[in-house]
Amino acid sequence: MAEEYLLRVEDVDVRYGDFLAVHDINMKFQKGAITAVIGANGAGKSTLLNAVMGTNRPSKGKVFFKDEDITGLRTSLIVRRGITMSPEGSEVFEGMSIRENLLMGAYTPGPRKKRAELMDKVYQLFPVLKEKEKQLASFLSGGQRQMLAIARAIMSDPDLIICDEISLGLAPVVIGDIYEKLHEINEAGMTVVLVDQEVHRSLENSHYSYVMVKGGVVMEGPSGELPEDEVKDAYFGINKYA
Amino acid sequence: MDLALLTQSIVTGILLGGLYAIVGVGLSLIFGIMGLTNIAHGNLMILCSFLIMVFASVFSNNILLALIFTIVVMMVVGFLLQNFLVNKVIDKGAEPALLVTFGLSIIIQNALTLKFGADARSIDSAVANMNVVATKYVSISGAYLLNFVVAVIVILALTMLIKHTYLGRAIRAASDNVRAAELMGVHTKLIYSVTMCIAMVTACIAGLLVGNTFVFYPYSGTQYLIIAFGVVVIGGMGSIGGTLLGGVILGLAQLLGSYFFGTGYQIFAGYIVMLILLTVKPAGLLSNMKRK
Repeated sequence: MAEEYLLRVEDVDVRYGDFLAVHDINMKFQKGAITAVIGANGAGKSTLLNAVMGTNRPSKGKVFFKDEDITGLRTSLIVRRGITMSPEGSEVFEGMSIRENLLMGAYTPGPRKKRAELMDKVYQLFPVLKEKEKQLASFLSGGQRQMLAIARAIMSDPDLIICDEISLGLAPVVIGDIYEKLHEINEAGMTVVLVDQEVHRSLENSHYSYVMVKGGVVMEGPSGELPEDEVKDAYFGINKYA
Repeated sequence: MDLALLTQSIVTGILLGGLYAIVGVGLSLIFGIMGLTNIAHGNLMILCSFLIMVFASVFSNNILLALIFTIVVMMVVGFLLQNFLVNKVIDKGAEPALLVTFGLSIIIQNALTLKFGADARSIDSAVANMNVVATKYVSISGAYLLNFVVAVIVILALTMLIKHTYLGRAIRAASDNVRAAELMGVHTKLIYSVTMCIAMVTACIAGLLVGNTFVFYPYSGTQYLIIAFGVVVIGGMGSIGGTLLGGVILGLAQLLGSYFFGTGYQIFAGYIVMLILLTVKPAGLLSNMKRK
């Protein structure tokens, strides 16, 4: 049923000039679940998610959020509907303090009114950010930047959070911490879309997965039921995915 | 050494720096936020001078009312220019936006010449001809003192706005990382247009102070654009506080250059100091803004 799914991507193509970057994408993101989008570099994951966020405009197809068509809307309007993104490479505001970064997360009118409450919530989730709130974001470590990016996204009080390349460049122990926080966020009721290049970790930490190869979806299913070896074949483009 | 003349040169240089700072602050703001070098800034400021002059004649020489009307008009003009001209090309690299502002600059200059002729104009007020301090060593004209005080107030107000308000944070976010700002719900193009409006407010105030201190012509914009560049380059591109420092250094360099080497060297001395500072600190003294 449509209302079960917070976000739906239907028959979406995205082009960069003449190059068809993703094609015929159909995905459904169940409310309250963690859905993983798995794929190697260049598979089209970020292109697709940028199309959801309005950064790229789909050349074909539709994107629905809460059953409303959001295709081609400006990013700032999509954020106001309740989708947020912790972007690849964290992209924190380097020239601002941690507190200011978090306040920017609550920029839109709704979250701005309850910014104190949201700030308490993210400080409980990431106490290290509270300790360093007056420091410039440029002084944070890679893991702390990722935490700040997720916390900043939560400050917009979203229904759905997209975490793009959540473990990129991080030490395994830090990745474990971040996934733990992600599960806490999800258990509190937030729908999560997860992009990670590590197949095992993606399957282990999600309820449902889509596997992308060369701009298309080649496999999908409940994460616990997908054959990991076959997902890895798809990821590396070997055997029947060569 | 003529101590009185030296003291006078230092005081006048510092106060002149205030005027230079207010001339440059709009250019610095636009560059810091959008990475855009607004070639039209000087001519927009002179357009403000002419509008204030016209409105003042309409409102029985009420300068304050004329300034308010000009600010309203120029905010609308700035918003429309940014929204319908500059924003259309700002993502296509530095050159197209630069050319748009260059074209705009020529249009303003020619339109002003067509409408007002090439004669010298000024905005007369009681303050302009008043000496507020007159001692054996130094005298300070009301216009120069007013320029400096207003510059300090405007720069402080802008600093407060940028540092402590949601609008200011959105402006800084758009300057720091456009994509991340959009993901926070900031409509960055709208923020650029609002920033241009703020720059227009500073241009109006600068236009009034310039017109109250010196005579101006339809083609004076170029002269003030060069001054604004000097201020911004010395103080640091994008640094609001740096414009005051840049203005004061440029003003002092000019007046001291004039004192030591003769009036013919006034402008020359200012730009020699600018070149030295550029060599020592190429990003400017207080530059702290960047753009991705």
